[in-house]
Amino acid sequence: MRPEWTDFVGGKWESEVNVRDFIQKNYTPYDGDESFLAGPTQNTTDLWAQVLDLSKKEREAGGVLDMDTKVVSTIVSHGPGYLDKSKETIVGFQTDKPFKRSMQPYGGIRMAEKACADNGYTVDPEISEFFSTHRKTHNAGCFDAYTADMRACRSSHIITGLPDAYGRGRIIGDYRRIALYGIDRLVEDKLEQKDSTGRVMTDDVIRLREEISEQIVALKQMKEMAASYGCDISKPATNVQEAIQATYFGYLSAVKEQNGAAMSLGRTSTFLDVYAQRDLKNGTFTEEQIQEFVDHFVMKLRLIKFARTPEYNNLFAGDPVWVTESLAGVGVDGRHMVTKMTFRYLNTLSNLGASPEPNLTVLWSTRLPENFKKYCAKMSILTSSIQYENDDLMRVTHADDYAIACCVSSMVVGKQMQFFGARANLAKCLLYAMNGGIDEVTKKQVGPRYRKVEGDVLDFDDIMQKYTDMMEWLAEVYVNTLNVIHYMHDKYCYERAQMALHDRDVFRYFATGVAGLSVVADSLSAIKYATVKPIRDEDGLIVDFETTGDFPKYGNDDDRVDDIARDLVKRFMTMIRRHHTYRDGFPTTSILTITSNVTYGKATGNTPDGRRKGQPFAPGANPMHGRDTHGAVASLSSVSKLPFNHAQDGISNTFTIIPGALGKEDQVFAGDIEIDLSK
Amino acid sequence: MQGRIHSLESFGTVDGPGVRYVVFVQGCPMRCAYCHNPDTWEMNAGELMEPSYIIEQYKRNIGFYKDGGITVTGGEPLMQVDFLIDLFTLAKQENIHTCIDSSGIAYNPNNEEWVKKLDYLMTLTDLVMLDIKHIDPEKHKELTEQPNTNILKFAEYLDKKQVPMWIRHVVVPGITDDPVYLEKLGYFIGAFKNLKALDILPYHDMGTVKYEKLGLEYKLKDVKPMEKSRVPELKKHVLDGIKKRRIELGLL
Repeated sequence: MRPEWTDFVGGKWESEVNVRDFIQKNYTPYDGDESFLAGPTQNTTDLWAQVLDLSKKEREAGGVLDMDTKVVSTIVSHGPGYLDKSKETIVGFQTDKPFKRSMQPYGGIRMAEKACADNGYTVDPEISEFFSTHRKTHNAGCFDAYTADMRACRSSHIITGLPDAYGRGRIIGDYRRIALYGIDRLVEDKLEQKDSTGRVMTDDVIRLREEISEQIVALKQMKEMAASYGCDISKPATNVQEAIQATYFGYLSAVKEQNGAAMSLGRTSTFLDVYAQRDLKNGTFTEEQIQEFVDHFVMKLRLIKFARTPEYNNLFAGDPVWVTESLAGVGVDGRHMVTKMTFRYLNTLSNLGASPEPNLTVLWSTRLPENFKKYCAKMSILTSSIQYENDDLMRVTHADDYAIACCVSSMVVGKQMQFFGARANLAKCLLYAMNGGIDEVTKKQVGPRYRKVEGDVLDFDDIMQKYTDMMEWLAEVYVNTLNVIHYMHDKYCYERAQMALHDRDVFRYFATGVAGLSVVADSLSAIKYATVKPIRDEDGLIVDFETTGDFPKYGNDDDRVDDIARDLVKRFMTMIRRHHTYRDGFPTTSILTITSNVTYGKATGNTPDGRRKGQPFAPGANPMHGRDTHGAVASLSSVSKLPFNHAQDGISNTFTIIPGALGKEDQVFAGDIEIDLSK
Repeated sequence: MQGRIHSLESFGTVDGPGVRYVVFVQGCPMRCAYCHNPDTWEMNAGELMEPSYIIEQYKRNIGFYKDGGITVTGGEPLMQVDFLIDLFTLAKQENIHTCIDSSGIAYNPNNEEWVKKLDYLMTLTDLVMLDIKHIDPEKHKELTEQPNTNILKFAEYLDKKQVPMWIRHVVVPGITDDPVYLEKLGYFIGAFKNLKALDILPYHDMGTVKYEKLGLEYKLKDVKPMEKSRVPELKKHVLDGIKKRRIELGLL
């Protein structure tokens, strides 16, 4: 065994790149409570104060403190940057200093220019010229190949948020591999992979060989970048600090080159705990030191920043990076995967304060240990910063080494990736079905000229038939648009750093998404159970509705309408599956517009459920605001009926509740226990 | 027998142990000045519902109620004893934890037939949360327009029947936060062996909107909500009373 691996239980992971096997053979489940946790060190407090100060300056400067306008960001484009070198135990920034945003033009030069211009900076004209004339970008590629149909769908917003002008994201490199194996071994492995490709030079083989070569360059550059910080990651990490640092350098390489819509971290805590356990046992580090490494690591993750435009920030309601880290879950052998490190990650919310990033996501199972559940509840109440996902549901198909990209997209780390695919606006599609493909806002013919709805009252069967036809059209143009996008992204903006930390033969999810599910479900319910009269404008276009009578609304555990929602998801997914997907991507869909529901609503006219033109949709799979009148369980129950097998990229439900409604506060109420008379 | 129901809440977290399915019944003879559900007062309003329908609704989402159960509140549940018997009979067949949140106002020891029904209902009831509005008879009447004689007797009855009991008490600034009465309340409940928990609730004014809608006068419009930070101290007075009584009875 290699000296760096002393005290570890050996196995398959020694002879092949297999982080999961290493974790399963070596991790220590922790059933205790949070009492072992350490608070912040003086250095942590000092560094964080510095960060808060810079954040304040950034806000005062209008949102951006500094931008690079001359240097195109690569893994090795910038020298080392620090907050305070003498205090940082985990190092590395995207550029040569904190809060300076990097320039990433490969997704699209215009987006890069606009991001600068909107914040008062100007991209070096030479760079602009180079990326407009000599080096094509992903964005330019997409528009070269788009059909008129695709462009019309794009500008009318029936398909929105397409990653054709920025990085698609949603790919998680297995950053842990660097810590466990070191770069040299990973390069060796990639060289073997390259040697193992087919000998007949088909398009696929040529592309694969070129990509592996790119990956090898990326790995070597990671080593070079680490060296600039005085770190050697050519060999396996020897302790927890090195392991965290190596993992972070992998992630940092990815965000230096990709301004992705979601740049998630993976599932690192239980892996890193193996090192922490060994160090604690050998007396290498104390608990306080280990917490300090974790705090500094998380501090770095909180400072990941991209140059983005105000429009982008509108779409995503802020400037999210989606540094999602998946925690806990249960192993396929039945042992839960909560370790002390899981607690330490959550403890950063105490040591550094609440924060949306990194997006700490607990893979929840009924079988998680009670102490951990209580700690999660406590931290959720204190910080509102924890996301929960259903491990019992996902473990069935994804086993125990998957992670979440963005908010709900699950993939096995290092073995699966995703082609991110924005969303189709199902509510707008319903209006197209009524208006023969004419957009209700722009009045342009976007969809096919199918027959319009006639008569004074909407008939459910007639509408369903027309809607089904229109959805078929939408699914086709949508999937084909995504085919163009991902072809071009691979060609002009390839994620070499992340893909270097994947296996050779990667399983690719082809993710689509839908928006407006609850709007459509309620609209169809209104048409079915109440009387809906269409109101037409002077051109005969249906622009409003008059609804008389009550109708069941999604979110009340009422099968009459919940079945409509369930059927819609299955119906649309079936249509998506009919089409060819780029690189044999496995088609999935998601119902997860957590933030962009506002933007989608803005671009959509009045709908038969009573929603007014421009009003936001409900986020994700949520019932429309205020229509779930039977309490939270009934609301959740409606959502839980949606079929996961037809929405495998995830279903999200945004659940807001005032703390008082979640139970009594400790000081007021002791609950069903013996009354303590000793006080 | 059908129940007269005001509304159903599928996610109750403050009305008994665990996550609970909460049935708000319609109709209450009390007129508590701080009541935040005045829309449940009227006896002849609400919707008639079959007990089996309620149990069905519960069972649809049974996974959520693993550590919880059903709570009937209102309104005053004990105004509808026949309905409660039918509902809880079904609930017990399904092994569901049952809880009644009551003011005790319906209790009348002289009505033998009614008490007989109550006796039976109590065999189906896992927990009663009794809300004592005020320990002092006069002040109680001022606050609720009803005497507290039978309410206090109801507490004794529950003790005799060994039905697990939580005592709830709303603390309103200037009305129910007098240490003397709080201690008296504690002294009274200190005698009961079935007492499992004490729930001191800070008064809030979130019900005022409903009064406006119903065109009713809100008597406490000049009273500020109770500061939560005062609650531990107020609770201590009650605990002191309990302690005193228990020492006297040789229970401590």
